[in-house]
Parts: sequence; structure tokens; C-alpha cells
Amino acid sequence: MDIQMLLSLLDATIRLSTPLLLACLAGLYSERSGVFDIGLEGKMLMAAFAAGAVAAMTGSAWAGLLAALAISIMTALLQGAAAISLRGNQLIAGVAINMLAAGLTTFLGQQWFRQGGRTPQLSGEGRFGAIELPFAREIGQIPLIGPIYQELISGHYILVYVAFLAVPVTAYVLYRTRFGLRLRAVGENPKAVDTAGISVVRLRYQAVLITGLLCGFAGAYFSIAQGSGFGNNMTAGKGFIALAALIFAKWKPVPAMFTCLLFGFLDALQIRLQGARFGGIEIPVQAIQALPYVLTVVLLAGFIGKAVGPKAGGVPYTKER
Amino acid sequence: MSALRPLPRWADVVLLPLLNLLLAFIVSGLVVLGIGHNPFTAIWAIVTGAFGNGYNIGYTLYYATNFVFAGLAVAVAAHGGLFNIGGNGQAYVAGLGVILVALALQDTHWLLIAPVAILAAAAFGGFWAFIPGWLQAKRGSHVVITTIMFNFIASALMIYMLNRVLKPAGVSGPESAMIAEAGRMPKLGQFFAPFNYTPVNFSIFLAIAALVGVYVLVWHTRFGYALRVMGQNPTAARYAGISNSRMIMLTMTLSGALAGMVAFNEVLGVQNRLVLDFVADAGFVGIAVALMGRNHPVGIALAALLFGALYQGGNELQYVISGLDRTVVVIIQALVILFTGAMEGLFRPGLQHTLMLFSPEQKAEAIERETVKSES
Repeated sequence: MDIQMLLSLLDATIRLSTPLLLACLAGLYSERSGVFDIGLEGKMLMAAFAAGAVAAMTGSAWAGLLAALAISIMTALLQGAAAISLRGNQLIAGVAINMLAAGLTTFLGQQWFRQGGRTPQLSGEGRFGAIELPFAREIGQIPLIGPIYQELISGHYILVYVAFLAVPVTAYVLYRTRFGLRLRAVGENPKAVDTAGISVVRLRYQAVLITGLLCGFAGAYFSIAQGSGFGNNMTAGKGFIALAALIFAKWKPVPAMFTCLLFGFLDALQIRLQGARFGGIEIPVQAIQALPYVLTVVLLAGFIGKAVGPKAGGVPYTKER
Repeated sequence: MSALRPLPRWADVVLLPLLNLLLAFIVSGLVVLGIGHNPFTAIWAIVTGAFGNGYNIGYTLYYATNFVFAGLAVAVAAHGGLFNIGGNGQAYVAGLGVILVALALQDTHWLLIAPVAILAAAAFGGFWAFIPGWLQAKRGSHVVITTIMFNFIASALMIYMLNRVLKPAGVSGPESAMIAEAGRMPKLGQFFAPFNYTPVNFSIFLAIAALVGVYVLVWHTRFGYALRVMGQNPTAARYAGISNSRMIMLTMTLSGALAGMVAFNEVLGVQNRLVLDFVADAGFVGIAVALMGRNHPVGIALAALLFGALYQGGNELQYVISGLDRTVVVIIQALVILFTGAMEGLFRPGLQHTLMLFSPEQKAEAIERETVKSES
């Protein structure tokens, strides 16, 4: 494997791990606040559709992104209303959101555009272009570091930078701000937070709002950055890989980034390994595809380390009467 | 004011699900209206498409057969306080058991194949649910997350099996060989002409047996009692000498075995071979069915029929209103899950208030208040 192949593999890793990372951080806020979210997939799908549809109608990727954020936040609030205000089952709410997203996007896509559920092909301004970082060409001349900067770090869609920037921001918010402290507390012991005079409901809604926002970015990435238009079930289970990554990273932002990069790498590798052989044994592509899920199960089972989620996760908070 | 009383049983079991269903229909109706179609035409098309003639009813019953199994799988786990969202994966893997048995014995007779295939489906599906159950019981990992993961692992496994192991030479698509005629479950259409050319087959009797079996098991056996105690209060169960970890593993295995019967219906009764994604998300429909049916076999039978009708009617929808198709049913189904499962708090308090106005105790209290007021 030469350097060029390695670079292209790593480049693909970054592109494939971006939506995972955004969705994973989205889930982090919600779950850290004590609201389990298995509806990441649904919110991303809704956002991807909104972005694709609006970008196609207006011809502007930015309008598409705004629509994605708005729809994703609205979906998150619906899920939040069920899970927080109505004290419903958070897991069932997530299942419902996923199914609703799958149904609505297919249905509306077919009705509005009549292209078998696809939104029209985007071009030009309708889609985010690659961003060339300053001096990419000049630095690119330097051996070793040059190509890494030019091909790996520069030349991605803006949402890629948003995703990787969101990691330090999330780490800062979570560990260095008052909001972060309260967020972590409300996921562990909501009663204590309530006793301190802070509204549990308000905090959880804030968390769910951020979850919606980040899922909106992730969804938009699928249809107006990586792809050029929305296609049926475009997110293809990535929301669940992100959930797996979140557990694998033990609900922490920086490990979340590395886990998403690992899962993205496996994905990139899997595409390149179709039919490849190692010492006469062919590794089935499906084995690599299943690896993120297997790894997560193994970790959950405590065979390698132990993933313990926020203590109050999944339990609706009821103030004592 | 006095504290809210729990809802009377009839309201909890009948009124609340119906209200939620109505709301789901209204919201989906608004979506259809927003698209510029008449929702009432759509509903009528679904009703006639599901029950209009023998052919339609045959298809409705075929879908309902799957949904009974999937719904029972979710319900049995739910009685034990477990949420099995892995029905899809369990049914998918169970297909492997069914096809292996069916292909091995295909030259005998379906009367011999059926019981062995039932056992194989139960074993494979049960095993696929046992692992998450074991992981929760012994290692403390949440069954919801692991069953989600196992759905994806099952999908990868089955794609591999179909492409590399089960695909006979000379077939291009990822599917197994066909089961010989003698090995297939007889279709009801062979005995009852109106069901001709529909996939409904003898598996429907297995579904009925499963409904009765689950009823007896959950409400009339020691195991069922232990199951419900664990579901209500695991701590109490432990003090009562029930081994929770053993119960979790047994319950999940049973749940997976029930989900596996979807494969029995599909592989032995309908497709007569193993194909990609034959489960078609029946596992998720099972969640809606179990929620609608309040985890009771009678409710599940009715809810499975309802969703069977929605699926079949949804198929016919496109011939009546061009452009509308079954995806609208997925929306209804999602809304049913949302309203009955996660937004119960929407109607319950209001309903409790309303019903209290009519309860005799409440009347007595009100009269007492009035007299106190008039005396002072």
C-alpha cells in the first residue's frame, strides 16, 4: 500500500466518520441529560430530506441546511415532549421517531418530486463544495507533511469542520461550564439538581434541543454535502452506528471522536476490501460491516472495559408531590 | 381536590387505545390532505383493499399472521419488563433454521417438516435473543441496545449466508434453493376457493395456537406468574425466590422463538425459499401491535388484524389513488407507536378527570362539598 492509497483511505475515513461524529455528539447531549435517544437515525433522516428538498427548491445549500436544522430540532422537540413532559417511554419514542421519519420522508419525497422518493439532483450552489484551506497548494509541495495537509486536512465540506470543531466545544461545554456541570448532574441524579432549584425539565429540553441541532447538521451532510440530493433511507443505519460509538466512547466527547474515526475507518476499509484476500483467506465484507456492532456488544458486556451509561438515563423525572 | 384515580379497566384497555388510534388516523389524514388527496377516499380504499373480497382478505390474514408472531414476541418480553426490539433480527436468523430443515427434508412431507421447522425456527430465533438476554442477566448490558446491535449483526450474517453459503449454483440473486412442492405449507386457498392466489397458509393456525399458548403461559402457569412479578417489580421477584437472571434469559429466548415463527410463515408458507430481507420490518410492526393490543393475546389478535388490513389496504391504495402507496401506512404505524407507547400521558390525565365526573364516589364527594357550603 503506497502513501497515496493510504491518504485516500484516511481521507475517506474522515468523510465517512463526519456524520457519525455529529450524530454521536448529538446523542451525547441527550443521553448525558438522562434522555435515552435511539431516534438519532430518524432525526438525521428527516434533516437529510429537508435539506435535499429545500436545497432543490431554492437552489441554495444554506437554505437547505437551515431547513435541516429546523426540522431536526422540531422532531427532537416532539420526541422530547413525549419523553420529558409526558413522561413516556423514551425508547419507544425513539422507535416511533425512526419509523415516522422513514415513512414521512419516503411519502413526501415521492409526492413532491415523483422520482421514486429521490429529491432532484443538486448542482452548483445547491450543494456544499469542498473548502480549500489557506496555502493548501503551497504547503502541499512540502514532502510528507504537505500532502497530509493538502489532502487530509484541507479540501473537505464545511460540515466536516463543524463536526470536528464540535468535539472540543462539547468537551468545553461539558466539563468547563455551569451548563455542562448541570447537564451531567441531571443525567446522574435529577433529584439533586431539582433540590438545588434548577429545573430538570428545562435542562433536559435544552439538551434535546442541542441533540436536534447536531442531528440536523449530520442529516444535511448526507444529502447536500456528501450526496447531491436525498435518496430513500439515505442514512442507512448510521444513526445506530453513532449510538454504538457513543456507548463505545462511554459517553465522552473526545473518545467519541476517536471511536467515530475508527468506525469510519472500518467503513472506508470495507469498501476497499471487496474481494480482497489475505493469505488465501477471503475476509467477508459483511464481517467488517458487522464489526462496529460486535465491538459495541463486547464492550457493553464488559469483556473489554465497561460501559456504564448515565445513571438516570431512561427514567422520566417525576417531582414528588 | 382528590388525587386522580387510575382509569377503570375498560377505559384503559379499549377507550385509550382507540383514542390513540383515532389521533394517529387524524394526523395521517392531515398529511394526506396536505398532499392534496381526500383522506376519506384513502381510508375507504384501504378498507375495501383489505376486506373487499376473498383475495384481499387472504392477504390481510397473511400479514396478520406475521404480526401476531411479532406482536407476541414483544408482548412476552414486555410482561417481564424487557423491551425486545430485536424481533427483526431474530426472525431473520430463524429463517436460516427453517430453510436448513426444509431443504434437508424437502422430499418427505410437510407434515414432517412443519414440526421440525418450528423447532428450528424457535431454536435459531431463540438463540439470537438468548445472547442479549444472557448479556443483560449476567453482564448487565441493556437488552435494548444489544438487540438493536443484533439486528444489524443478523443482517450482515444473513447477507453472507445467502451470498456465499445458501446460494445454489446457477442462481444469480442472493437467495436459497426453492423448497420442493411437497415440503411447503399448504395454502388456505387450496381448501377455500376465495383465498386462491393469496399467501395465507396453514401457519395461521400456528399463530392462533401461539395466541392461546401465550395466554395460558402468562396467566395460568407458574412461569407466567414469575414473569409478571419480575415485570412489575424485580426486587419483589427476587425476595419471592424468583431468579431474575434465569427469568430474563428464558423470557428473551421465548420472545425470540416467537419472533422466529415469522420466518416459519414466510419461508415455508410464502416465499418457499430464503430471500434477502424477507422479514420486511415485521419486528417493528410487532411493537405497534403489542402496544395497541396492551400485551394481551386478544388485543394482539385484533391489532395484528388491524395492521394486516392496513398493510394490505395500503398495497391496494396505489390502484385507487395514483401516487398514494403503503408508505402512508408506515406513518400511521409510527404514530400509533408514538401515541400509544410514548405519549400515553396525552389522554390519560384528561380521561381520568372526565371519568371521575361520572364516578359514584365523586358524586358523593361533590354532594358533601355542596352541603358543607350551604351549612356554613
